[in-house]
Amino acid sequence: MKKTNLLGAITLGLGLMIASSASALTIGFSQVGSEGDWRPAFSADMKAEAEKRGIDLKFSDAQGKEENQLKAVRGFIAQGVDAIIIAPVVVTGWDSVLKEAKDAGIPVFLADRDVEADKDLYVTRISADFNLEGRLAGAWLAQASKGKCDIVELQGTVGAAPAIERKKGFEAVISLFPNMKIIKSQSGDFTTAGGKEVTESFIKATDGFKGVCAVFGHNDNMELGAIQAMKEAGLKPGKDVLMVSVDGVADEFRAIKAGDANASVELRSDIGKDIYDVVQAYLDGKKDWPKWVVIASDLHTKDDVDALMAARGIK
Amino acid sequence: MRERRLPILATIVVFLLLYAIGGFYFNNFLTTRVFGNLLTDNAFVIIAAIGMTFVILSGGIDLSVGSMIAFVGIVMAVLVRDGWHPLTAALVLIVFGFLLGALMGYIIDAFEIQPFIVTLTSMFMLRGLSAVISQDSVPINHPFAEAFGSFRIPFPIGKGWLSAEALVMIACLIVALIIAHRTRFGANVYAIGGDAQSALLLGVPVRKTVVGVYALNGVFAVVAGIVYALYTSSGYPLAAVGVELDAIAAVVIGGTLLTGGVGLVIGTVFGGLIQGLIQTLIIFDGTLDSWWIRIVIGGLLFVFIVLQKGIMRSVTALGSQGAA
Repeated sequence: MKKTNLLGAITLGLGLMIASSASALTIGFSQVGSEGDWRPAFSADMKAEAEKRGIDLKFSDAQGKEENQLKAVRGFIAQGVDAIIIAPVVVTGWDSVLKEAKDAGIPVFLADRDVEADKDLYVTRISADFNLEGRLAGAWLAQASKGKCDIVELQGTVGAAPAIERKKGFEAVISLFPNMKIIKSQSGDFTTAGGKEVTESFIKATDGFKGVCAVFGHNDNMELGAIQAMKEAGLKPGKDVLMVSVDGVADEFRAIKAGDANASVELRSDIGKDIYDVVQAYLDGKKDWPKWVVIASDLHTKDDVDALMAARGIK
Repeated sequence: MRERRLPILATIVVFLLLYAIGGFYFNNFLTTRVFGNLLTDNAFVIIAAIGMTFVILSGGIDLSVGSMIAFVGIVMAVLVRDGWHPLTAALVLIVFGFLLGALMGYIIDAFEIQPFIVTLTSMFMLRGLSAVISQDSVPINHPFAEAFGSFRIPFPIGKGWLSAEALVMIACLIVALIIAHRTRFGANVYAIGGDAQSALLLGVPVRKTVVGVYALNGVFAVVAGIVYALYTSSGYPLAAVGVELDAIAAVVIGGTLLTGGVGLVIGTVFGGLIQGLIQTLIIFDGTLDSWWIRIVIGGLLFVFIVLQKGIMRSVTALGSQGAA
C-alpha cells in the first residue's frame, strides 16, 4: 500500500522538477577514502583542477567501503553526470554497476587501482605504473653505483601490488648489470617502524653493512626507518650507503636535502590534470584509448629537491 | 496509545521531508531511478535492521550482524568457487545463522549474560574467521549470481526498476510483519521487551522467546549477507564493517524504543530508507564531505531518542494518573 502511495508522490514530484542548470561539464568522482598522506593530496588536486577547468565535480568519499562506493556510482548515474571517475576500493563486484553506467551512456574511467571486470565496461584506467617506478629506481642506482652494487631491499607488504611490481621492475633493470645484486630482502610492511626493524637485522647480519652499497625501499616510510637504524648503528646513510626509495613524501625530501637519502621516485598526487585531460578528450570525441594510460613518475635527487620543496611549500 | 504512534509518524515525516528537499534542490532526484536505487542499495542494511528490530523489541542487542554479513559473503564466494550452487550455499548458511543465533540467545538467557557481550564475541569471531578464509575479495562468478544482478522489473514510469535485492527485502518485510503482528511468538517478543518479569508471571515462555529472537535475527543477518554478496558479486572479509550500528540506527530512527517493548517493523524500513536518502542527498550535492552523512544521522538519532524519552515520560505520567 505504502509503496504505491510513494510512487504516486514521486510521479507528482516529477512535474515539480526544477529547470536544469547551466550546461557545464559534470563529473562524478568516487574516491576510496582519505587514508595515508597520498590519497587526501590526490583528492585535493582533483578538486582544485576541476575548479580551474570549470568542471562541476561531484566528489564522494567512500570511507573505504565498497557499499558506499556502489551507492555513489549509482547516484552519479541517476543524476545523469557526463562522466564517472572511480578509484576502486576493491577489485571485485563491479560488473553490474558498470553495466548500468554503460546502459545510461555514461563513460567510466578508473583512477589509481584496477578492477576485475569486463574491459568493455570502462574507457581506460589512468594511473602510475609501479613497475616503472621500480625500473626508474633501478636505473638511477645503476648509474650512481656505476653498475656495481650489493643491495639490501626493504619490501612492502607481502602480496600488495605496489610491492610486487616495484620489486619486479627494479630487478628487471639491475639484472642487466652482472655486478649488481640484491643480497638481502625482507618485508618492512610499508611502515617506518617495520623499515627500521628490518634494517637493524640486516646491519647485524652483514656485520655493520660491510660491502653493502645501497638500500632500496619500496616506499619512503621504510627508507626513513632505515635511516634511523643506520644512524643509531653509527653509519652514514646517503654517504656510505646509497639510499633510494619510492613515493616522494615530504619527510623524504627533507632527508634528501639533509643528505641522509639520495633519491626518491615520486608517486605523484597531482594527477588531476592527467585524468581530466583523458576524460575531456574522450568527451570531445577521441574514443580510442589503450586500456591503461600510464602517468609518468618523477625521480628527485639533491639536484632538484630545493626547488621542489620551495614550490610545494615544504619546510 | 496515540503517543506511541508518534515516533513512526515522525519517521515518515522526516522521510518525506528529505525527499522534498532532494526534489527541490536537485535535478533528476524525484525519479523512479533514484527510488529504485534507494531500495536496491539499502536492501541489505534494511534486511539486517528488520531482524534487529525483533532483538531490540525484546530488550536485547546484536552486534554480530555486520561480521555475519562479511562471513556469509566470503563463505558463499569460496563455496561457489568450489563448484557449489549459490542457493545451496545460501541454505547451509541460513541454517548456520539460525543455530548460531539460537546458541547466543540461549547463552544470554541461561547464563544471564549481557547480549552486548555475547554478540560481541560472535562479532569478533565471525570477522576473524572471514579473514582467515580469505584476506582478499573473492569474486562470485555463477550464472545465478549474474541473473540475480541483472534481474529488473521496470517501474511503469521513468527509468527506474525494482531489483532482485529490493524484492528479497520486500519479502523479508512481509515475513517480519506476519511474525510480529500475527503470531503468538511476535506478541511474546513485545511482552518480554516491555517487562520480562511480568511476562514470565503471565506465562510467557521467556527462554524460548529469547532463543527464538536471536535465531530469527541470525537468519535475517544471513539473508542480508546473501543479498550483499550477490549485490557486490563477491565476498570480502572487510565488508559491512559497522553495519550492525547502521541497522541499530535504522531501528531507532524507525521509532523502536531501545529499551524494548515498543516499536514497529515498518518503521525500521523507513529508518533504513532515511539513512539511504541522506547518503543520496550528499552524493547528489557532491561538494559536502561524505562524513556529513554520519553527522546528520547522529543528529537525527539524538532527536529521536530525546523524542522517545519525552513520549515515554508522558505515557508513564498518564498511566500513573489513570491508576490514581
